[in-house]
Amino acid sequence: MFDRYMIVESGFRNQREDGQVRGFEFGARLPYYRGLGLSMVEDIQVKVDGQPVPRERLRFVLRGRRYTLEEMERTYDAVWEMGEVARIEVVQPGGLPSGPHTIELTEMLRVSYMPFPIAGRDTKTLAIAD
Amino acid sequence: MRSQSKIKRGVSLYSYQEEYFLRKLSLEQCIGEAVAIGAYGIETLAEQMMPGFPNLSEDFYEKWHRWMSKYHAVPVCHDMFLDTKRYKGRLLSEQECIESVVRDLKHAARLGCKVMRVLVFVSPELLEKCLPYAEKYDVKMGIEVHAPWHFDHPWIQRHVEMIQRTGTRHAGFVPDMGIFTKRLPRVMRDRAERNGANPKILDYVCDAYEHGVLSEYIVAEARNMGGKPVDIGFAEASRHNVYSPPRRLLEYVPYIFHIHAKFYEMLDDGSEYSIPYEKIIPVLLQGGWDGYLSSEYEGNRHIQDAYPVDSIEQVRRQHAMFRRLLGEPSAAAA
Repeated sequence: MFDRYMIVESGFRNQREDGQVRGFEFGARLPYYRGLGLSMVEDIQVKVDGQPVPRERLRFVLRGRRYTLEEMERTYDAVWEMGEVARIEVVQPGGLPSGPHTIELTEMLRVSYMPFPIAGRDTKTLAIAD
Repeated sequence: MRSQSKIKRGVSLYSYQEEYFLRKLSLEQCIGEAVAIGAYGIETLAEQMMPGFPNLSEDFYEKWHRWMSKYHAVPVCHDMFLDTKRYKGRLLSEQECIESVVRDLKHAARLGCKVMRVLVFVSPELLEKCLPYAEKYDVKMGIEVHAPWHFDHPWIQRHVEMIQRTGTRHAGFVPDMGIFTKRLPRVMRDRAERNGANPKILDYVCDAYEHGVLSEYIVAEARNMGGKPVDIGFAEASRHNVYSPPRRLLEYVPYIFHIHAKFYEMLDDGSEYSIPYEKIIPVLLQGGWDGYLSSEYEGNRHIQDAYPVDSIEQVRRQHAMFRRLLGEPSAAAA
């Protein structure tokens, strides 16, 4: 549910820090009808133009606080609220060339009353704002 | 002339999840929409529309009560969750589960709700251990009898046994009307077709489900028909849905605290496609039930890939149907 809203259409951009492009980022929402504590986001998987991004290069940013996925699964005091836009960053020096790119996002959620994790998937082709 | 029923109308704000998710409606506006159709009973999911839960401020609760007065709304039911899988690799201990339930009971009491929906996977043993707290906060805990469970399912019967043995007035049921799904939702079938399922298999599954064919046969036949994963996935919907006879409600009327009036698609003729409310509501009237029928619209997830969602209109139509079936005067008589 809500899969089509997972990748946010605005906010896909290269990230600059001290004059260097350190990677790129986009906005993301949960495919679920309620908020979920970060420890229950079982996994986030990203592919860009068909290429999977290694897990250790992903960062999750919620209300200004940045987490690796390992930190995220040990975080018990923060909730990704329903419909709230978080930011997913990919550490990739040089970023992405300007123009359209296809992002595939999978989010796996550990929902306690379900016998297995639920997955949401969204694919969008967006132009990077450089 | 039928005498005025004691059944009251409400909305679970879950119904407006699409608009809330997209920030087209705020929590206050959701309350306003419910009240606008004469549905004064408000049911909420803290984890959906009350960001910051379980650490809500005094200001929040004051604002909540101001809204209740402003809209003449009645806080009816809080829907709890229980994150037994909060920690990767281990389940919550029983003590942690009790603490989580108590947290929700306190919240329900702060909202002014007399009922708390309890997820059906909560065991009668855990629920029994929570009874002293439910009494302390005076909130009734209603196990959500949700498809594919139903009143005669052994899991629910174990809850009945606990409730009768203890004689408690603080544990009972919140049946979800999805236990009376006579036909598989058409919106679910059509979504499967958009996802590439074979229409012949979908039609077979719908027809077989409606005729009460056992799910195991339905899934096997979908395979025999050459079903692909998308077809088999739909055939398995016959396992997740259930039709039990509405008259089974009669026996449990004293234990029913609140009702989730689940629906998927209100038709132009004022009926619901899957769930025969025209058979359900007379049973509740016969039983003299006097709680809130609380809308729970769940069609959005099946149409949002292809169509705009209008939860407000869907809920409005459901309440027009309730008014008709409850014998209330029509709001728009002209």
